[in-house]
Amino acid sequence: MRYFAGLREVVGQDAELLTVPEGTTVAAARTLLITRYPRLQPILERSLCAVNREYVPADRTLQENDELVFIPPLGGGAA
Amino acid sequence: MEPVIQITREPLNREALVAAVAAPEVGGMVIFEGVVRNQARGKQIRYLEYDAYPEMAEQQIRLIVEEARKRWGAERVAVAHRLGRVEIGEASVIIVVATPHRAEAFEACRYIIDTLKTTVPIWKKEVSLDGEAWVEG
Repeated sequence: MRYFAGLREVVGQDAELLTVPEGTTVAAARTLLITRYPRLQPILERSLCAVNREYVPADRTLQENDELVFIPPLGGGAA
Repeated sequence: MEPVIQITREPLNREALVAAVAAPEVGGMVIFEGVVRNQARGKQIRYLEYDAYPEMAEQQIRLIVEEARKRWGAERVAVAHRLGRVEIGEASVIIVVATPHRAEAFEACRYIIDTLKTTVPIWKKEVSLDGEAWVEG
């Protein structure tokens, strides 16, 4: 797991190792993180998911050594 | 040419980006420069703070530039984004697109900045007189 922006500020660290059972999906990892850091819930529910630097759907199954990052909403600014 | 992509904590250098895309076949060059302004949503801004997932941001910018090449034949593109604290009046992003004719450069530049803002993992925090907050949407 790596954390950026608002997520990093809530968690208080840049990265951590997440050990999960085989077959765990990104969505399940998100639920696990909310249990661990309840304050993440509002941001995580609005975040996209990336595995190994690509956007993935939440039903994606995690593999060993995957780099999982939740992408909080991007603040684009008005065109 | 390979696109120039910079994600950096240093002040952006517009002239260097322009020089990087210049070429004899270029007839039109469009430069978009995003600048930090002093107010947003009714708040007085002191400065902005940018954070990125740098490896993925670079990869996403590469995909966007590749799409602009396919759609408008934009072969010569430079994209630079600043990270960290950026003061009022400083550039946070610069995009330079150089093409044989101007129409393609305008279209491609517009596409690149609009898409960058929705898909590239770079976040901005507004630090105002009232406090600070990560900006969404």
